[in-house]
Amino acid sequence: MTKRLVTIGNGMVGHRFLEQMAAKGADWELICFCEEPRVAYDRVNLSGYFAGKTAADLSLVAPDFYKDNNIQVHVGDKAVRIDRANKTVTSAKGVTISYDKLVLATGSYPFVPPIKGNDLPGTFVYRTICDLEATEAYAKDCKVGVVVGGGLLGLECANALQNLGLKTHVVEFMPRLMPVQVDDAGGATLRQKIEDLGIGIHTGKSTTEIVADEHGRVHKMQFADGTELLTDTIVFSAGIRPQDELARQCGLKIGDRGGIAIDDNCQTSDPDVYAIGECALYNNQIFGLVAPGYRMAEVAADRLCGNETNNFTGADMSTKLKLLGIDVASFGDAFGKTAGSKVIAIDDAIAGTYKKLVVNEDGTRLLGGILVGDATVYGTLLQLMQNQMALPPHPEDLILPHRSGVSMAMGVEQLPDTAQICSCNNVTKGQICTAIQEQELRDIGSVKSCTNAGMGCGGCVPLVTDLLKAELKKAGIAVNNNICEHFAFSRQELYSLVRSQDIHSFQQLLDRHGTGRGCEICKPLVGSILASAWNDQILDAPHVSLQDTNDAFLANIQRDGTYSVIPRIPGGEITPDKLIVLGQVAKDFGLYTKITGAQRIDLLGARVDQLPLIWQQLVAAGFESGHAYGKALRTVKSCVGSTWCRFGVQDSVSLAIEVELRYRGLRAPHKFKSAVSGCTRECAEAQSKDFGIIATEKGWNLYVCGNGGMKPQHAQLLAADLDKETLIRYVDRFLMFYIRTANRLERTATWFNKLEGGIEYLQAVIINDSLGIAEELEAEMAHQVATYACEWNATLQDPAKLQRFQHFVNTDAPDPNIVVIEERGQNRPVFEHERQLSELQLK
Amino acid sequence: MSQTESIQPITKQWTTICPLDRILPNTGVCALVNDRQIAVFRVGEEEDVYAIENLDPFSKAYVLSRGIVGDHNGIPKVASPIYKQNFSLLTGECLDDLTIKLQTFAAQVVDGQVQVHG
Repeated sequence: MTKRLVTIGNGMVGHRFLEQMAAKGADWELICFCEEPRVAYDRVNLSGYFAGKTAADLSLVAPDFYKDNNIQVHVGDKAVRIDRANKTVTSAKGVTISYDKLVLATGSYPFVPPIKGNDLPGTFVYRTICDLEATEAYAKDCKVGVVVGGGLLGLECANALQNLGLKTHVVEFMPRLMPVQVDDAGGATLRQKIEDLGIGIHTGKSTTEIVADEHGRVHKMQFADGTELLTDTIVFSAGIRPQDELARQCGLKIGDRGGIAIDDNCQTSDPDVYAIGECALYNNQIFGLVAPGYRMAEVAADRLCGNETNNFTGADMSTKLKLLGIDVASFGDAFGKTAGSKVIAIDDAIAGTYKKLVVNEDGTRLLGGILVGDATVYGTLLQLMQNQMALPPHPEDLILPHRSGVSMAMGVEQLPDTAQICSCNNVTKGQICTAIQEQELRDIGSVKSCTNAGMGCGGCVPLVTDLLKAELKKAGIAVNNNICEHFAFSRQELYSLVRSQDIHSFQQLLDRHGTGRGCEICKPLVGSILASAWNDQILDAPHVSLQDTNDAFLANIQRDGTYSVIPRIPGGEITPDKLIVLGQVAKDFGLYTKITGAQRIDLLGARVDQLPLIWQQLVAAGFESGHAYGKALRTVKSCVGSTWCRFGVQDSVSLAIEVELRYRGLRAPHKFKSAVSGCTRECAEAQSKDFGIIATEKGWNLYVCGNGGMKPQHAQLLAADLDKETLIRYVDRFLMFYIRTANRLERTATWFNKLEGGIEYLQAVIINDSLGIAEELEAEMAHQVATYACEWNATLQDPAKLQRFQHFVNTDAPDPNIVVIEERGQNRPVFEHERQLSELQLK
Repeated sequence: MSQTESIQPITKQWTTICPLDRILPNTGVCALVNDRQIAVFRVGEEEDVYAIENLDPFSKAYVLSRGIVGDHNGIPKVASPIYKQNFSLLTGECLDDLTIKLQTFAAQVVDGQVQVHG
């Protein structure tokens, strides 16, 4: 007869145990008691609940997992008694079930310090979704919240309170934050960074009493040093205690300070009863992290399935976390307790990082360390320590900031095959490499799903990626520049196919050279190439489905699904009448207005159904599309030049307008910008543009491939003192050459940095026509200029195109989800935490 | 007793939302069905239609109907227009984050009219 295994507790570890049993195909009848009203969920990311994650998002149980595996789960029914003599478990609802083996995964409960007033209305703990729901409901009427406990859980909880919109304080008894994981200097760095987020930190505070207001609710905290702190609610998150009550009742061996004693097999003092997770005490140690709990679940499952070789031998308490967006890692002998150990530490107050290595006496092995503010090297350091690898001659290089030309001291190749890469799911380098080779894995997603590496906290993903790259390189598999799974070509190759084979639609190209249906990578790319080559309207029927949503609706999508509208203002010159029109349109439609960085006016907050109405008014007033939505020319910025300025030497505004009108609407691998300055003072900042023009006494200097933005780069002088006709000719050639040869989403600056031969090469191609293509390039540009038509004007005249500008296909109603709030006299979209509030006000 | 399933409060039925030619091949539209926003996609030139929730779980905006339709290894999918995560049109699963799954709805074309079961 099938033997029966009863599990008490359905937390993260309890669930992992059942998953392991199911995966091993064990011949057991599985029954589980779950005290909470919902099955296992991700307690580690609990604070995400207030950042918009739902209970369903947090669930760890695949739909129908228990049903499909024949596991009986008693949800919302707490096991209250174990009768070891008769081998039965009885629940609160009165169910009694006999067992052959029993697994306790009862977890832990939050420690609430014995302070007067710790049970007043307004005090909460932080452990379950029910706790969060209670806190959230109470916090609706609160402004200030205090977390008692500055450890790992306390800071997670502070994140949760801040997500609720409360002014948040953290009160810690010890003199620093995260006293278990970091030292004083690390605690100070962490404190600074958290205070910068607007959270109050109060360390070294011993709470003597929580005082109630006249309604008997939490009002303030009093501390031993005579100070006090006003607050509306308090959440205790000051550590955990093993939930060992059931085990005590039935006489299992319990540690002096709590915890169900287990051996290497995860067996308790009764060989028929196992204990795993935070309720278990191994070698007088409780493991309050999920990874060791998972490890115990694995050992217990193996034992129950007859595999006697898997032992629990303790666990490394190394941790890497992101708390409130701040990296914190602590591993090995973080406090340098090993005799003779030495410390290398870098406390960078400017970068806000603290990094410490603990090394052995002769500086050859890493024993542990602490990282605060930047833990990118955690994976490497952990490997060095766990595998007792020799440190490089200057171990400090491991924690010094990366500088160009200096590579990391350790490559993944040096790791032994036994090195544990993913500690959450216990996956070694050997397992990952074997899977890559045998299953011919080619991308990081398949490596993750086939090996389970990186599916826990995700901290090892960079290492797994490095492993994949190294393996592919070893196997001689060229890392190709195919744009996506649908086309085995680069962008440049596709561009030349489209031109040379006279291809005019995505379907034609796909039929001849591709496979499948296409995707969000190749469709906009081909849409852009077709536009660069033939200049058909992008919203024409065969092309509309290729366009990114910005191009598809000729406006820029914002985070709430509304759009921004930016009409063209060539050269930044605008008449008072047109300014008034923009203001009036914004008023009529309740739009938020802002001056952009490129001398234009942005009207934000337009619903998709409002876009045609807005543009009707704009087109009627003489505006045209500004192409702010496209990978196209954005703007040609200018200074007032010689028209007004006493220093100006040329008419920069007229040239800027001419240049902007010439290249408007031109689709390219990425957006591009330009500017014209009227003298060498360079007020238009032309040297930060994709192409920039600066007036000289004798004509115009042409600069190319500059960039502001993410990685600023000065433009290079391509040619000096040009007359206007030559200047335009060079710009024509330059832009078309870029469109022909750049990669997808590659700005001119990045493209230039990869050009062998640099500016001299570019000068040879553009000025001296070294490739013999100048005439072609000019002709291609001439076609573009001649076929330009305003996309908005064309759309307004075509009822079929206008049909798409509607939120619902089956009603004229707008999207009810769009909610705005007023700030500084204008509308802006609400943030998630404001949404409920404003919905209440609407009611 | 086993894990209880949640019960849908509204009885589902077929709702006609628009003629098929209102949905351009390989694009989507959004329909309001029983006060829910449902994104309906037409894959290919024929009568192949799929329906999923319109809410993008990452941005919390109701915009998935405006995403680019395509396929990954033959699985029809849509990419969110906001942060580009991909969702299977067959199962609603997020192909970039296996913890996320959208609700799907049955969809069909009858006499040239698109219908959604939701």
